[in-house]
Amino acid sequence: MCADLRLNVDYHVCLVWNINMIKVEGLTKRYARTVAVDDISFEVEKGQIVGFLGPNGAGKTTTMRVLTCFLPPSAGKVTVGGFDVLESPQEVKKRIGYLPETPPLYPEMEVIEYLTFVGQIKGIPSADIKRRADEVIGRCALGDVRAKLIGKLSKGFRQRVGIAQAIIHNPDVLILDEPTSGLDPKQIIEIRELLKALSGDHTIILSTHILSEVEQSCERVIIISQGKLVAQDSVANLTNRLRGAEAVSLEVEAADGRPNPTEVQGRLEQVAGVSRVMMKESKDGRITLEVESLQGRHIRAELARSVVNSGWNLNELRAVGLSLEDIFLQLTTAEPKEEGGQK
Amino acid sequence: MRNILLICKKELKSYFASPIAYLLMAFFGLIFGFGFFTATRDFVRFSFQAQMMGQQQPMNVNDQIIRPLLGFASTIALFLVPMISMRLIAEEKRTGTIELLLTSPIKDIEIILGKWLGAVTLFVCVLGMSMLNVAMLFAWGKPDLKPVLVAYLGLILQGACLLAIGTFISTTTRNQIVAGGVTFFVCLLLWLLSWFTAFDSGPASQVVNYISIVTHFENFSKGVLSTKDVVFYLSMIFFSLFITSRAMESLRWRS
Repeated sequence: MCADLRLNVDYHVCLVWNINMIKVEGLTKRYARTVAVDDISFEVEKGQIVGFLGPNGAGKTTTMRVLTCFLPPSAGKVTVGGFDVLESPQEVKKRIGYLPETPPLYPEMEVIEYLTFVGQIKGIPSADIKRRADEVIGRCALGDVRAKLIGKLSKGFRQRVGIAQAIIHNPDVLILDEPTSGLDPKQIIEIRELLKALSGDHTIILSTHILSEVEQSCERVIIISQGKLVAQDSVANLTNRLRGAEAVSLEVEAADGRPNPTEVQGRLEQVAGVSRVMMKESKDGRITLEVESLQGRHIRAELARSVVNSGWNLNELRAVGLSLEDIFLQLTTAEPKEEGGQK
Repeated sequence: MRNILLICKKELKSYFASPIAYLLMAFFGLIFGFGFFTATRDFVRFSFQAQMMGQQQPMNVNDQIIRPLLGFASTIALFLVPMISMRLIAEEKRTGTIELLLTSPIKDIEIILGKWLGAVTLFVCVLGMSMLNVAMLFAWGKPDLKPVLVAYLGLILQGACLLAIGTFISTTTRNQIVAGGVTFFVCLLLWLLSWFTAFDSGPASQVVNYISIVTHFENFSKGVLSTKDVVFYLSMIFFSLFITSRAMESLRWRS
């Protein structure tokens, strides 16, 4: 790919293209009265899967539409593969596969007919179209419905036709707006696997408001809220950085007789580093508690020792790390100032 | 060019995959056929009468059947055009497929030209239904071919012009009914404009008369191919498609 680019583009651009597939600097998009996206900057490296996360109406779709040259930015510079979306939109469009929120399907066409049409308007040479169409049909498991009318397909199949449409011209960048919305769990897993298989040679940006999806399929997360970029990091880093305090859930059982819940609670509160002990459940002599540590303290070992030393059985002890969900809520509901502080 | 044809082909496919194309062809064929039947019946009756009374009145198939009929067809076209053009872009906007087209490496103008060309092709197909009847006249009579061809050219140009206006109107809304309604209103208005000048010939009426799409068809229907009228239609088409492309661009900046 780079080789044939070098023919018409100078080497510098080619170099940039290799490192940062997508570069967004100070992107702002204003509509008549509202600011949909406010001064967002980020970069995406080649071959990465990036999750675009935010509550509904945060500006995810708008950002994606700018990247795909559907909407022009009000301010800022956006380049895809080294090409500016305003200066050379045709070059950008050639390199992008886009699945909008509602798959852009023509219900009166058959699947194969539709994919052929998309292949043609994406500029695939006529000789390759059949081969490419068959390839994406195989990849998206559309073999059974290839001669069916799109209007008669179920939602899951439509979504897959949408993805097939986005990858048919083998684009460098794949932009998917909520690719798994409305699918059943099995289909979601299939699409997730498809995305993983694609990630090697494609750069993928997918937007979602389902957090587990990002945790499972993305390497990096970009969180936006109310048009502003709130955080961008790898999933692991983000979780670590924001997990200041440790939360531990433990189940205690008395070896003999019934331990007094308040006694257990009192004992645990005395362990060094514990900030709070919450009683969750007490049934049949089993007591479940949730303990939170002070900032930056590790308390699991101490807790275990304390329980065992008191002559109780420790049935379970596990860290209830802050999930991405908590982080997300923390980031998107906090005051803007605090959000800045998080970065 | 390849892209224009691609879009045009896709447009035609969706016209013929839905009942629209067949409905329009059937209705037009039926109405035109009815007009043809009455016109021919009367013509035959008059020509018998003329013979019996020994009058040497010239009877002319071109003047007495084809010309009024094709004039009639140009009026029906005013009703056909909104039905053909209303879905062109409005439907793509409603279903979101416009995103596919606008994010593909094709130019806006290629999309517009392709769609317009598809609509014109369907219009020609619908118009083609009338040729069945006209062909009968050629089979059993001896009308002049050239004025008929010129009249058909006029019909196609007039239709293409109205379709270009319809394409523009379809770009401005996502509601097909609105697009169709407004297009119909505009067609009707352009038709009515010719009434304005019926008994008046001041400078204002001349201007209005010039804008009226129907008056330019009159020369064609007489078999006169005048540059003035061809230029009028072509420039109207160019202008309409140009503002369509502007509207398409503003669609991106606004929405």
